[in-house]
Amino acid sequence: MKDMANVPSDLKYSKSHEWVRLSGDTATVGVTDHAQHELTDVVFVELPAKGRKVSAGEACAVVESVKTASDIYSPIGGEIVEVNERLAAEPGLVNSSPYEAGWLFKLQLSEASEIQALLTPEAYRAQVGT
Amino acid sequence: MLKRTPLFEAHWELGGKLIEFGGWEMPVQYTSIIDEHTTVRKAAGIFDISHMGEIVVSGACAEAFLNHLLTNDARKLSLGQGQYTLMCSETGGTVDDLYVYRLDSQEYLLIVNASRIDADVAWIQEAEEAFDPGDTLKIENVSDRTGAVAVQGPAVAHFIDAVFRGTTRASQLTKNQIGTFRMGSIEARVSRTGYTGEDGFEVVACSEDILKIWNALIEAGRPHGIKPAGLGARDTLRTEVCYPLYGHELDEETGPVEAGLGFFVAYDKGDFIGRAALLRKKESGASRKLVAFKSLEKSAPPRPGYTVWNQRDGGEQIGTICSGTLSPSLGIGIGMAYIRPGDAGIDKTLYFEVRGRRSPVLTAKKPLYRKQVDQS
Repeated sequence: MKDMANVPSDLKYSKSHEWVRLSGDTATVGVTDHAQHELTDVVFVELPAKGRKVSAGEACAVVESVKTASDIYSPIGGEIVEVNERLAAEPGLVNSSPYEAGWLFKLQLSEASEIQALLTPEAYRAQVGT
Repeated sequence: MLKRTPLFEAHWELGGKLIEFGGWEMPVQYTSIIDEHTTVRKAAGIFDISHMGEIVVSGACAEAFLNHLLTNDARKLSLGQGQYTLMCSETGGTVDDLYVYRLDSQEYLLIVNASRIDADVAWIQEAEEAFDPGDTLKIENVSDRTGAVAVQGPAVAHFIDAVFRGTTRASQLTKNQIGTFRMGSIEARVSRTGYTGEDGFEVVACSEDILKIWNALIEAGRPHGIKPAGLGARDTLRTEVCYPLYGHELDEETGPVEAGLGFFVAYDKGDFIGRAALLRKKESGASRKLVAFKSLEKSAPPRPGYTVWNQRDGGEQIGTICSGTLSPSLGIGIGMAYIRPGDAGIDKTLYFEVRGRRSPVLTAKKPLYRKQVDQS
């Protein structure tokens, strides 16, 4: 009875349900529609500090629903250059607009080749079974 | 293998997200915990509570036995009346907290927590053997052949009579009262009780009949906005009104004195299991006390297990959160914590720690939320 999750074709994905939008050497990161559906009502988001250096697969944000706190992993390594300040007042944007207004953070890539390890939309769709 | 209730298929068809709870596979939510919570506060919600246990105690000395077994005074129960009570150990901890109803002059129904059914039955049987050497009492665990639903919210009294027929109307039951009603050929016990802080009813019937009752209540409640609600909303609703949950506020080491449930302990009724230990704790003071609290700042929601401190920086750990959540009604973090008695009381600022950061909360009088007066 579940809705089919939306998996945009212009993004890259991680196995742990984050998406990456590339623009030059900057990557915007958020959680997928499938993930927001599984997380349920997001009521609090903790974002990394600007300037923090993270490596691929490192837990660097926390998304909390009524019931649980879930770690969010950076799909690629780099330096955090911007975080979505709107989520402090409107955490529900992660549910209502996971690919646009509900983005989490932006990174300056440290190792562009890591992008190759990310999942294509097709591979991610296969993983979540849509 | 997790146990399933007779409503399992219905939860699946309604899109319920299933989780493990006390050995049962139960819906935590159907659409959204916040939406289901709000629907119960404003209109009506229906919960599957078939996982809960039902034990019938009957016989000439049933009343005397229950007064020996349980903390509240069963002699106060007139026919068709129920009460909240606790089953304590000799050390003043809690075997379980439960509701007991007087169905007949010598017959009582105990509704117990799902996760405690086996422990309760063993405890009751052992107590019965000591209390009743002539074995005149009948203790019957009917949990496996019994289903139950809770239908809760301000709108429920407007449609409950469309489902059940009896010598009186179900809507005329008073708080904690139980009666036998019919839905066609199906017989059900309906009580005016619940675990949400709203007006509402709980319905107990044979397992094979409970789906028909569930469907009939949803049908009758549809014009009133009824929605199925899961364990997630059940937990946020009970936390707002500070009802204890076994395993959180109560356990084998934690009893009514620590939990502030002295109102449900009838010390004056004569001896009962745990009385001496409870009296000792009451007089010398418990080693920790339950407080309810509300967040003072926007922060990550408080959750069970988080530590509680007396200062924002440094200071001492003074306790631990036992229940905590974002309150859908109040829009802030709320919860309950066990803390050192010296730091208990209301209007005190304490701090809970999450991921190395401390957030202030203010202790407050229970309940943290009160039902709104029905204007209709």
